[in-house]
Order: sequence, then C-alpha cells, then structure tokens
Amino acid sequence: MSDNQNTAPKKGFLARHAMIERSATLLMVLSLAVVTIGGIVEIAPLFYLENTIEEVDGMRPYTPLELTGREIYVREGCYTCHSQMIRPMRDEVDRYGHYSLAAESMYDHPHQWGSKRTGPDVARVGGRYSDGWHVDHLMDPQSVVPESIMPKYAFLARTPIDAKYIEDLIRTQRFVGVPYTDEMVENAAADFLAQADPDSDYDGLQERYSNAQVRNFDGQPGLTEMDAMVAYLQMLGTLVDFSTFTPDASR
Amino acid sequence: MSAQNTQSGKNDKVDDVSGIETTGHEWDGIQELNNPLPRWWLWCFYLTIIWGIGYSVAYPAWPLINGATEGLLGYSTRGEVAQDIDEFREASAARDAQLASADLDTLRENDDLFRYAVSSGGSVFRNNCSQCHGSGAAGAKGYPNLLDDDWLWGGSMEDIAYTVRHGIRNDVDDDARYSEMPAFGELLEKEEITALVEHVRSLSGEEFDAAVAAPGAELYADNCSSCHGDAGLGDRDQGAPNLADAIWLYGGDREALTDTITNARFGVMPPWGTRLTEAQVQAVSAYVHQLGGGEEPAN
Repeated sequence: MSDNQNTAPKKGFLARHAMIERSATLLMVLSLAVVTIGGIVEIAPLFYLENTIEEVDGMRPYTPLELTGREIYVREGCYTCHSQMIRPMRDEVDRYGHYSLAAESMYDHPHQWGSKRTGPDVARVGGRYSDGWHVDHLMDPQSVVPESIMPKYAFLARTPIDAKYIEDLIRTQRFVGVPYTDEMVENAAADFLAQADPDSDYDGLQERYSNAQVRNFDGQPGLTEMDAMVAYLQMLGTLVDFSTFTPDASR
Repeated sequence: MSAQNTQSGKNDKVDDVSGIETTGHEWDGIQELNNPLPRWWLWCFYLTIIWGIGYSVAYPAWPLINGATEGLLGYSTRGEVAQDIDEFREASAARDAQLASADLDTLRENDDLFRYAVSSGGSVFRNNCSQCHGSGAAGAKGYPNLLDDDWLWGGSMEDIAYTVRHGIRNDVDDDARYSEMPAFGELLEKEEITALVEHVRSLSGEEFDAAVAAPGAELYADNCSSCHGDAGLGDRDQGAPNLADAIWLYGGDREALTDTITNARFGVMPPWGTRLTEAQVQAVSAYVHQLGGGEEPAN
C-alpha cells in the first residue's frame, strides 16, 4: 500500500519490479524465461543452420570390431590423457594433420574430443604406426617410448572377447541415432569375427563398411581386446580423404 | 513507512543525515540511499554495449534462417588457419622447392641447403619417426637403430628416402620394400632349429656349442643362405639382415634367435610419402643420413 504511494510518481512498466520481487514463484518463472532466451539464441540455431552441419564423404558408422575397441577406449578412460580433436591452428595441423571436422565425430556417442593432453592427440593416429607398434606400445609403452608415462595395458592381449553382445551394442547405437542398417545389425556378429581374420569371407563386411581394414591386428591367434583396440586406433582419422576434401571457409 | 516519514516532517525521499535521496524503502528505520552509479562505471557499461554491437557487425554473429551473419571483416577460423599455414609455407617455399627436387646423392655439396634439410628434417623426425626409432634414433627391439652403420635396405640418402617414402612391408603402398622370412617352425624340427641357432651364433662370433651347431651348417646352407648369404653377410635387396655382426634387431640370445627362426619376424613401417611433403621426405632422409651411419651412394 505504502509502496504504491512511493512508486506512484515513477509510474509505468519499469516500476512493476516490486511485484516480481515479492513473488518467489514469479521471479523463478521469469528468470527461467530470460535464461531460456540465451539458450534459444546460442544453441537452437546450431540444429538448423546449414553452415554448422557439414556432410563429409567417407564417414561411416564404426564396424562392430572398431566399436568394441571404442568401448574399451572409453572404459579405460583414454580420453583423460588423449584428445581426439585437432584444433584449427597451424602448429596442430603441422603436427597431427588436417584439423578435425565436426562430421568426423558424428557417429561418436559420446564424442571423445577430450580436454586434456597428457599424451598426444590421437584423432589421426590411424595408419601412422604399424599394428606391431601399437601392440608393443600398449603392452609396455616405455619399451618403444622410454620417456612416456603411459600405463601398461598388457591385459588387453590376455582378455578374450566374443560376439555375444555385439548386436545389442549396435542396436543401442542405432537407438541413439547412428544409421546402422538392418543388414548391419543382422550381420553384426559375423562382421565382428571377420574383421580380425584375414582368412574369413570379409567381402560383406567391406561392402557394408567402406575402407574397413581386415587384419589379425594383434598378431596373436584368437580374438582379444587388443585386436579391437588396435582396429579402432588404426581406423581413427582415416575415413575422410583429405586429398579430395575442400573446406568451406564459412564454417 | 510513509507514516513515519510524514511524522519526521521531512521530504519523503531525502535522508536526514546525508541529505541524499533515498529509494523510499525503509526497514526498521534503516533506509537505502539512492546514490547514482559512479560515472566511470556507467561509461564503461555503455562502451561495452557499443563494442558488442560493433563486434557483432564485424564478426560472424547473428543466426538467421539458413546461416549466420558473416560479419564485415569476413573472418572465419578456417580462413585464418589456412592463411597462417600459407604464410609459413611461403617463407620457406623457395628452399622447399629446391630441396624437393634436389639430387640426394649430391645434397651434401650444397652446404646451405644441406643444413636446412638437416634442421628441418630433425623436427620431422621427432614428430613422426621418434615413436618407433626413439627420440635419439637409437631404436628399440624390433625398431632399427639409425645411428649405426648397419642398414637392412641400404644406407645412402637415396635409399633412406625410398624407405621413408614407401615404407616397409605395409599393405598400403604397392612400392613398399617387401620381403618375408618363412616361419621355420613349420618346416624344421625343433632339434634342427636348435642347431641353426648355434650355427648363427658361430657366424657372429658369439659363444656357441660346437657339437650342437655341427648339423647347423648344412641346414643353414639349405634354408638360409639364399637370403642371408653363405657367410651370413645378408642381402640388402631383400632386406635380409647381416648375421655375422654383433647387431641384432630382435636380440641375439638363444631364446630370441629360436623365436625368430621358429616364428619369423615381420617388421612393418608405414609409408610416409603420402603424409609428408616431398621436401619433408628429403629433409628427414638427410637428417637420418647424417646421424652417423650414412653411406655414400653406390656407383
């Protein structure tokens, strides 16, 4: 009552803040509205602006074996020391290769960009070293890089894997938006086994997943987590052919 | 509140003590002075607003229907990095072009270019090669030492450049250096392999058991000499290692030799011709060549 008297001379819309200040619910609702505007302006356009969505040739979903390797990568927390994002800066491009494109992480759930580099970036590690090096390095990093502080992952080579849950894994990935076809889902277990066995019939695998590499990745008989891990690492950054890629400068 | 103020007989909006206008609110006799904001603060605030408007005009900012406003300066992160890279490439373009087309056999005669090659090749080596060959190029088990004068595939600068360009035993480059030792575990008996191990140790002048090694000489001549040579001096055309020296890539003790003969080795080096520029390949070859073991070109 008295307030009305005091604010009466000011009048107008701006004088009504007293009303908001006296109602906690109204204050909360209106604060939320203000914050939402920020979100709408900054985030929402990213979902529809054409120049934030770049289609790149060569990208495909992970093969079942690569996906298994990726699961191990996430499980072991590799992202806490290794990033997978080459930033658009000259020194990064000189060291690691072409800067990463958003599309290269389009099938990552969640993405493995990371934010800390205790070790080097691995976004383009694929093909950079031999399979044998990866095995030696994961078994005992100091045997090849004496100054490394990376822990040993020798147990990967002693941990067998099977195709029991691979179809479920692929279905889950499809559920969150990775475009696995019915054919890919049906053949998940077969593709999983074929990729690490050069004597298998892997034509179907390579038809479904372009540029899929087929080798006995760890050089040992039997399928272990080491096979999956090396298959994943050797594929990183190799899908996009940068000799034919022309960057659109407006991105 | 107003009742109190009226009682005091003063103006509703001015504080008795300081004479400054109040907000008109009062809590148990405590009033809030309505001092104006400091002038400097207010101007800074206005300036940030003006700066913000200018920034959003100059740089990409406002989302529209299909794209965002591009900004008057035409800035893009990609454009900036491309320009930055171009500037640095241009700075060394003349020397890089010279190096890319240089004849490696005579590179050392051009002192200026050779020094450029060695120093730029050093950074190429540390970035790309040191993970396998070591930051000091001393190698590791299975990854050749590049400091010594023992070469599997040839140690002239041109030979090194070929190896760097195409790699070894990879399935990516059709011109990769290639050879494959059979796994003799499938071809020979265990006793025969033991005899071979002792014979190989005798070739390199290591301590060996002459009685066990006796049948090894014939086995060696039948199975190994076509690649490694009668005296075990190796053959660079096939990347067959010299067995008569003290240098062992996978170890020269009995256990390692048995493993090598039984299962064979298959060291792979990726091709770098597609990852590095031609000038970088030439530079890193010059760098490796001058580490200590570089050879003169074969005539």
